[in-house]
Amino acid sequence: MGMTLTEKILARASGLADVSPGDVVIAKVDRVMMHDVGAPGVQDVFEDLERRGFDVGKLYDPNMVWMTEDHFVPAVDVKSAENIKMMEEMAMRFGIKEYYRYGLGTYGICHVLAYEEALVEPGQVYVGTDSHTTTAGALGALATGMGHTDVAYILLHGKIWFRVPETMYFSLRGSLRPGIMGKDVILKILGDVGADGATYRAMEFGGDGLHSLPLEERLTIANMTVEAGAKNGIMPSDDVVIGYYKSRGRTFGERLLPDPDAEYEDEYEYDLQEIEPMVAKPYSPANTTEIGEVEGTEIDEAYIGSCTGGKYYDMLQAARVIRRSGKRARSRLIVVPATTHVYRRMIKEGLVDVFIDAGAVIGPPTCGACIGGHMGVLGKGEVAVSATNRNFPGRMGHRESLVYLASPMTVAASAIEGKITDPRRLEV
Amino acid sequence: MVDVLKGRAHKYGDNVDTDQIIPAPYLKDLSPESLGSHAMEGADPKFHEKVQPGDFVLAGRNFGSGSSREHAPMALKYAGVRAVLAISFARIFYRNAVDGGHLLPVMISEDAYDSIEDGDEIEIDLGKGIVKDLSKDEIFHVKPFPQLVGRIVDSGGIFNIRDLADLLE
Repeated sequence: MGMTLTEKILARASGLADVSPGDVVIAKVDRVMMHDVGAPGVQDVFEDLERRGFDVGKLYDPNMVWMTEDHFVPAVDVKSAENIKMMEEMAMRFGIKEYYRYGLGTYGICHVLAYEEALVEPGQVYVGTDSHTTTAGALGALATGMGHTDVAYILLHGKIWFRVPETMYFSLRGSLRPGIMGKDVILKILGDVGADGATYRAMEFGGDGLHSLPLEERLTIANMTVEAGAKNGIMPSDDVVIGYYKSRGRTFGERLLPDPDAEYEDEYEYDLQEIEPMVAKPYSPANTTEIGEVEGTEIDEAYIGSCTGGKYYDMLQAARVIRRSGKRARSRLIVVPATTHVYRRMIKEGLVDVFIDAGAVIGPPTCGACIGGHMGVLGKGEVAVSATNRNFPGRMGHRESLVYLASPMTVAASAIEGKITDPRRLEV
Repeated sequence: MVDVLKGRAHKYGDNVDTDQIIPAPYLKDLSPESLGSHAMEGADPKFHEKVQPGDFVLAGRNFGSGSSREHAPMALKYAGVRAVLAISFARIFYRNAVDGGHLLPVMISEDAYDSIEDGDEIEIDLGKGIVKDLSKDEIFHVKPFPQLVGRIVDSGGIFNIRDLADLLE
């Protein structure tokens, strides 16, 4: 029987000829990521094991691990500063060499760094201490988030249990019209599938529409598959993916493709030509609507950033909307590049000027206000339109603040007008 | 097997996400005091005043959606919560609760959810696979744990399993 992308990877990683949905396998993990929220938790598990007389000793393979500081950086308070110190000690103790330290070279939000630095490869099993680890599914990895106990287990044993998920297939046809982004595609899908419609399942994407999307747009789609509850989102290795890795000096013997007779639990088809700008209303990323319903909603803040909306392509598209409008923003506009790579390109190509001329604040790479950490947290009753991934109660600040999720272009257009605005109105 | 548990139910709705269970600014401090005192703050700022050791959270669909933060089941545990009864769970929360040995994620029917009220005295007997509403004298069957999950629950967490391969037998 044929296998889906996720089944193929899990079969290979667990040394089995084939696997089926519902099977429980013990799979070898190829790559592990820890950030400044997950790593202290892992350290906590290690200390607990040591108190119980277990010798933590060495990691299974320190080279499988990479770390970054991204959530509460630059240190927000004493606790976050101490967590960063703890990570430095972990890196020393266990010999973790791939460590992207904040303010010490290349740094930024884990999921964007994983792509820019090619830290994950097609066909790998990749686990991170962050739910949006699903992002790397766009590169063809089985990429999923776990808590710090499971990650501590993987660090010591190199493997973990997985339930083989049922796979839902999403066929994308055609191409997006101007003013529409990958963010609109995934918001449309989330509205259809629901906040728990993919729980315990894999979401696999394919079709000529997928191949028409730039890689960074695919990352946005894979990033938010977890908002439907999915274990992972995954995409095949097409020429764009292979070309990307070639440009990084990597070659692959085999492209990751699903078997022609793979079995899917459910199939959805989308014509990208028909996708409208989408907005997720409070308080769920799956509470979506076409922009018309909420256009004109007054906003206090527009936020462009995060692992979802802080990539180079996101900044480029948002800056284009602002530049073409020729206007200054009427609402507070906060722009936070996801990584130093994005930031540097924004400076070189004049995007920083476009945002600052419009009146924006440019923050340093960090998760920032997306998690209500700092750099633009919302007060009681404040309304934001945000290029981020979650609008749960209190996600970006006060539990009575209101967050509307939209594409970076929609956020840019909304900032200019001071109210939720279809970016195509400014695309003259 | 886990003992019979008895406590009061604190009832919430669908989609109680991890940002509500433990808001992100509290992720910086893993101490039981800090996590426990802020549990459920995003859903119910008075939760820490109401909850007693041994109590349960009762919820609808998709409990624990969102982040992979294991701080969510830990915060509930440190607040005294021994089990969450919900119609369904988000996968990472479920996995963290079980593999971390923090609390029991118990799947109940919609009927049970609809019937049990906030503040009801509940008894959970997983050996018999039932939840009793002692306040109403009603009995509901719970969805049994899948075999592998049950074995990890019985062991008290994934680090108490000698060899993962044992789970597949």
